[in-house]
Amino acid sequence: MSQKVINDFSITIATINGSGSQTANVTLLRALFKMGIPVTGKNLFPSNIQGLPTWFTIRLSKDGFIARRDEQELVVCLNPTSFSKDLASVQPGGAFYYADDIKFAINRNDITIYPMPVKQIARASNVSPALRDYIANMVYVGVLAQMLGIELETIKQALSFHFKGKTEAVESNFGTVKASADWAAQNLKKSDPYSVARMDSTSDYVMADGNTAAALGAIYGGLQFAAWYPITPASSLAESLNIFLPQFRKTSEGKQTYVVMQAEDELAAIGMAIGAGWGGLRSMTSTSGPGISLMAEYAGLGYFAEVPVVVWDVQRIGPSTGLPTRTAQGDLTEVYSLSHGDKQNVILLPGSVQECFEFGWKALDLAAKLQAPVFVMSDLDLGMNQWMTKPFEYPDVPLERGKVLWEADLEKMKGIWSRYKDSDGDGIPYRTVPGNKHPASAWFGRGTGHDEEARYTEDSASWETNMARLKKKYETARTLVPKPVIKPGRGARIGVIAYGSTEPAVEEALALLNKAGGPKIAFLRLRALPLTSEVQTFIKKYERIYIVEANRDGQLRQIMSSVLPEQAPKFRSACHSDGLPLTAKWVKEAILAQEK
Amino acid sequence: MTSPTAIQTNRAGLTKNDYRGLPSTLCQGCGHNSIASQIITVCYDLDIVPEEILKFSGIGCSSKSPAYFLNRSFGFNGLHGRMSSFATGAMFADISLRSIGISGDGDTASIGMGGFKHLVRRNAPIVYIVENNGVYGLTKGQFSATAEVGLNLKHQGINQYMPVDICLEALASNATFVARSFAGDAKQVKELLKAALSHRGIAILDIISPCVTFNNQDNATHSYTWGKDHEAPLHDISFIPALDEIEILGEFEEGTVREVSMHDGSTVLLKKLEKDYDPTVRANAFQMLENAQLNNWLVTGLLYIDESKPSLTESFNLVESPLNRLQDSDLRPAPETIDKINAMMF
Repeated sequence: MSQKVINDFSITIATINGSGSQTANVTLLRALFKMGIPVTGKNLFPSNIQGLPTWFTIRLSKDGFIARRDEQELVVCLNPTSFSKDLASVQPGGAFYYADDIKFAINRNDITIYPMPVKQIARASNVSPALRDYIANMVYVGVLAQMLGIELETIKQALSFHFKGKTEAVESNFGTVKASADWAAQNLKKSDPYSVARMDSTSDYVMADGNTAAALGAIYGGLQFAAWYPITPASSLAESLNIFLPQFRKTSEGKQTYVVMQAEDELAAIGMAIGAGWGGLRSMTSTSGPGISLMAEYAGLGYFAEVPVVVWDVQRIGPSTGLPTRTAQGDLTEVYSLSHGDKQNVILLPGSVQECFEFGWKALDLAAKLQAPVFVMSDLDLGMNQWMTKPFEYPDVPLERGKVLWEADLEKMKGIWSRYKDSDGDGIPYRTVPGNKHPASAWFGRGTGHDEEARYTEDSASWETNMARLKKKYETARTLVPKPVIKPGRGARIGVIAYGSTEPAVEEALALLNKAGGPKIAFLRLRALPLTSEVQTFIKKYERIYIVEANRDGQLRQIMSSVLPEQAPKFRSACHSDGLPLTAKWVKEAILAQEK
Repeated sequence: MTSPTAIQTNRAGLTKNDYRGLPSTLCQGCGHNSIASQIITVCYDLDIVPEEILKFSGIGCSSKSPAYFLNRSFGFNGLHGRMSSFATGAMFADISLRSIGISGDGDTASIGMGGFKHLVRRNAPIVYIVENNGVYGLTKGQFSATAEVGLNLKHQGINQYMPVDICLEALASNATFVARSFAGDAKQVKELLKAALSHRGIAILDIISPCVTFNNQDNATHSYTWGKDHEAPLHDISFIPALDEIEILGEFEEGTVREVSMHDGSTVLLKKLEKDYDPTVRANAFQMLENAQLNNWLVTGLLYIDESKPSLTESFNLVESPLNRLQDSDLRPAPETIDKINAMMF
């Protein structure tokens, strides 16, 4: 056996979609996390309910790198359909675990092969035949536990969490894990170098997915109205609202302070959310690219009529139906200028699960402050995969309610106010909302041309004045959106700009380059559009700026080139989109290839 | 000129002027203007405070009309065919307010059909008026989905497709109040509006409202002449607010009147004409609309009513205070909950 490799390798598990393997995979991931080992899990699943191949990759990294890797040292195969491909995918020196009822020739002698009697052990368990296929997945959990050294107690903790403490389910699954571990102890001889060992690198973290975090953040942001239409990979965001709102946002008498509506389509979902926003509710909708396309018209109305609303875009790879279960950052240019006519939209770009929580409430504040649609762009990788993340932090500022005038305010102002007037010089006007009983409170909102008093007009001067104010408001937004996170590289002459879920890959790529004595590089993680002044300062500092993105066209580079044309010659795209999260290796090579 | 002291006020202490809107920019003689003026009268008569009404519309001639009544009510003129969704969200801001939506046949029966039917099926509490003229006025005279087969329009030719019947669509989607009227029958429009404003859930009023510019040929089913010649009222309808109930009920001859009790305590009286029509049976409404189509009648009146079903906003167990007046402490969970949340993650 070659030298031991501890806590620094990847495991890929190949199963059949709909076979219940997700429980086993997440159990492994959580058990490793509970052992204090930095881990990341990526679910690569088909757009299918049952039958197609699916893979789950767990990366362990003692150094704390949580980006996806292409290489897999250990592969577990329960799916005859993908067997040959899976066998071929094991790194030399790695190991291949497979269900021994799959009768295929094994043509590799550079790896260790471990057959597992999956069916036999499942049959020997006490569960009903209906559950046997599900419990069969626990066989590889037990075998891996034994062969790698995963503590059985952490597996039990993970199962208990998954089954919400239901003893019967926990025990029957754990029984199979234990039986499988025992079988492996007696029948398999460890002859590969990979194993795990307890560390203390995850105690400051929790494990969660971005969609759950976004929902929770919105709940702490005082969300009152959410409308949505089912779409992968955004559905679980709204479903999380339905789970957590009743627990945290009912009064002591059990009354609701919120409404969640499943709409008939995305046209209606955003229409409802904008209606609620106009009515004075903290309102949002959540969708993915195809839904964004349908929401375009109402988003434009929201911009022009100045209605606060938050729109989450959990991106998947497009255009059209695209690959509905694969990730990308391909909607940026679409959302930036969503809808017809002159406009740019405010966009927040969360880069971690914790930031999904933070932007969950910040986006509602920003929308209320700006009286405008605010878009938050996550993606499938961030939204649906389990990540280790810093715990959620309670908001450090009170709710921002925006410039809303109530009866007492209008009384003081003797009823004299103008809905669309720039009274404060920040481009943001005052508004009243329905239910205000002051006789001067009401106004008639519309997407058609209007003057400062919200009256219909086709007057050219009124039109231009209003559009100029909206532009000024966008400049105000520039000062309010989250600032970028900057890591200056000492002596760096090159800068990298990335955003969203690609951060771990970029961080690791920079570490790899550093280790290999490559160029010194400064890193800016963009967290919002419009670009704040810090971004411009950063760009000016460096000779070349690599813009790393998970899309084909370099969409952020396109936007940055258009708003900073004088800086555009510095920009180099490092963009790539195949449906999978970027890897550090790819980022590193993409930069090096252009540095030659 | 009358002196200010002589101006009449209603029980809300408001004058009729307090219910008016801007001058209409629709064509002279447009049926929509007549409907707007009935809305003004009805809200004045029922002592409704204008700030307690929400006005909604989509896009089209009809959808312009909310600007021409109730200036002191909040209103929103949304997207073409998308009034339904905007209103659904907005009505949750303060569920003590009442909603009036004005749409047209294009806005409802073509581009907005999906949203319309879902608004209906949710029983959203809104008086939904379709000002139905069978034609697209604002874009100068194209066919709408409610235009009859054989209608001949200048520049468009002859319509060859079957019309959409808005009342049938509403019934099929489980509407709880469906009525049809004719803009030329001001009294009936007024009484139906009153009843609709007292209804618990969605009230669909399909009002044939002739387009004097693009679709008012004498033989067209959305014209004044045809409407007047073919109107077959189901009953004489009278609405009695809860307050007035005792004094007025005595005026009606027993046995000729069907009484419908509204959820808010008011009463709708349907005085028998030649037919005895029971609008509380849904199958009757389907049958009546089928007969109307076969016989070329413009059947008007209250076709269907069900006061038993809870409205959309009633179906949520919401706090007493309007949602849009909730304080920060009602909206953000307490600081100590954050540890609980983190403990709920793995």
